[in-house]
This record gives sequence, structure tokens and C-alpha cells, in this order.
Amino acid sequence: MGLEEKAGDLGIVTTTLEGVVNWGRTKAMWPMLFGLACCAIEMMAGQASNYDMSRFGLELMRASPRQADLMIVAGRVSRKMAPVLRRLYDQMPEPKWVVAMGDCASCGGVYNNYAIVQGVDEIVPVDVYVAGCPPRPEALIDGILQLHEKIKRDKITDHADGKPVRIEQAERGALKPLG
Amino acid sequence: MLKGTMAYFKGLKTTAKYLFKKPVTVEYPEVKRPVRERFRGRHELKRFANGLERCIGCSLCAAACPADAIYVVPGQNDPAKPRSAGERHAAVYEINMLRCIFCGYCEDACPTNAIVLEHQYELAFYDRRASIYTQDMLLVPVDKGHGEVPPVLQQTGKQLNPPAQIDL
Repeated sequence: MGLEEKAGDLGIVTTTLEGVVNWGRTKAMWPMLFGLACCAIEMMAGQASNYDMSRFGLELMRASPRQADLMIVAGRVSRKMAPVLRRLYDQMPEPKWVVAMGDCASCGGVYNNYAIVQGVDEIVPVDVYVAGCPPRPEALIDGILQLHEKIKRDKITDHADGKPVRIEQAERGALKPLG
Repeated sequence: MLKGTMAYFKGLKTTAKYLFKKPVTVEYPEVKRPVRERFRGRHELKRFANGLERCIGCSLCAAACPADAIYVVPGQNDPAKPRSAGERHAAVYEINMLRCIFCGYCEDACPTNAIVLEHQYELAFYDRRASIYTQDMLLVPVDKGHGEVPPVLQQTGKQLNPPAQIDL
């Protein structure tokens, strides 16, 4: 990311800029079309007019990872799907976020067997886990609002050395449980 | 040519019709659509009216759970100061919300109606460890949880049918 590398630590300038950048990131976060199972039905319902996720800037689902900021992993990820998921994640431009929607994506859920990845955090860094089987569209929207809260706390200097921010946060133990 | 123009207005008629209709969108974080009476959301561990815990630590819920989301360790009740109505109580009671599939089998298996799946569905976590709900998070306060109507249903003035709590 260009901006963070150039800005560095400029005190009050960066804190104000930080607010603007984080605000911008939360207001137009296009998710990638990544429905894998029954959770995808609830994700579609969340995108439809009754719940209308465009109200939060999740304007439309992008079929291409190059145009997406957010990956909503909706459904169980089989071992065969895992490399595909990782490749799509790698193709997304930074900054990028991942929401593990539902039990299966979060930790395997009821499918505790050899065929299913026991949580997508084995392959990609996950920002928010949404519980439910499947979660209601409201629960998904709540998860995304939680993610927005997390992004608002992001520090611009965290990105300065070009390292993905989540890895850095995990290293210094900044990712605290929600409580 | 004329046919094409007419088709254009025909399409616009639908637009005009919906322009003056009330939108169907539920403004979610501000307005919450009430869930169905039998909706299964976050669990609660109930109490008797005298404040004693209903859970007797029998682990039948853990046995019934298809996802192995429940972990129970029973403990002996102190006869002078009992925590639950039975001989034993649950010393440790944990539910992993990310494993739980909200099937309600634990509710069916419970002999004392201690565990009830209530109507809260907003369960989002930053960390997988935060999804493990312990006993003090699941237990209802002493003066609550004897079968009152959940808040979402209170908005609509509805009653549970059948009631969530049946006294023994």
C-alpha cells in the first residue's frame, strides 16, 4: 500500500488522516462472491432488499477477487476447496478482510471429519467469526459492523513497513478477544 | 420504433410504482425484526424461582450434542448451601458458540429444563477463544429466568406457546 509507506509517523497529521482513511474503508467495502454452502443463502438474503447490506457500503458482490476488499467465507470449506480459497485470498488487493460466516467456516462446526477444514483460519487470517448455523442475515450484518469497529481502531503506521497488518497485530498480541 | 418506446415507458411504470411505496428494508441495527417464538438462539441456563440453578450437571446435553459443543464437569452440592436442586451441580459448564449448530437437542435432553435456547442471535467474535461461553455468562441473574417473555417478543406483546419454562 502506497499511502501508509509514505506517510510514516507524523503525529497529529496521521491520526486525522487515519480517521479519514478508516472511515473510507468502512464505507465502501465490496465483498467477494464466495458462497460455499447453506450460509450463502443467508448471505444472499442479507444482500437482498429486506436487509440490504448496501446500506453499509457493501454495495455489490464482486465475482473477481481483484475488485474485492472483503471475503465472506459462507459455508464449509472442504480440503479440496482450501487451496482455491487461499489463491483467491492472495489475489485480493490489500487492505483485505475476512469474515468467517457460520460455524463450519469458523471452526468446522458439526463436520468434525477428515474432509472439512476445521476453520478457515488454518489457511487465511480471519477478522470476525460469526456464529450460527446458518447465521441470520442480521447476525451477518452484525458481524460486519463489528469488523467496521475493528477497522476504525486500525493504526496507519501499522502498515508502514508494508507487512500485512493482521500478522503484525498477532505478533504483538493486539488482537484481544471481544469479551 | 414506437413499440420500443412503449416498452421503455412500460418499464418506467414499475419504477414509478415503487417510487411511492414504502421500502421493505428493515433498518437492522436500529429496528430489529422480531424472531419466531420457537427461534433457537443463544443458550441460557435457567433457575428455579427460589434462585437455585436448574442444572444438575448430568451431562445429558453434552451427550445429545451432535457437534460436541458442550462441556460439563459435575460437582457435589454442599448440603448446607446448595447451588442446584439436585445432589450435584455443574461445576464447569461451557458451550462453544462456534461449534453449536443451535439444533435444540440439548434443550430436549435436559431433564430439568435448565438449558433453553433463547432469542439472541448476534454472536460475532474477533477471536475463537472468545466464543466459548462459560457458566457465568450463560446463567441468568437470580431474579430472572423463570419463564418470562423474551424482550423481542415483549415488543410485539406475544406470549410463548408452549412456555419456555415448565416447573417440575
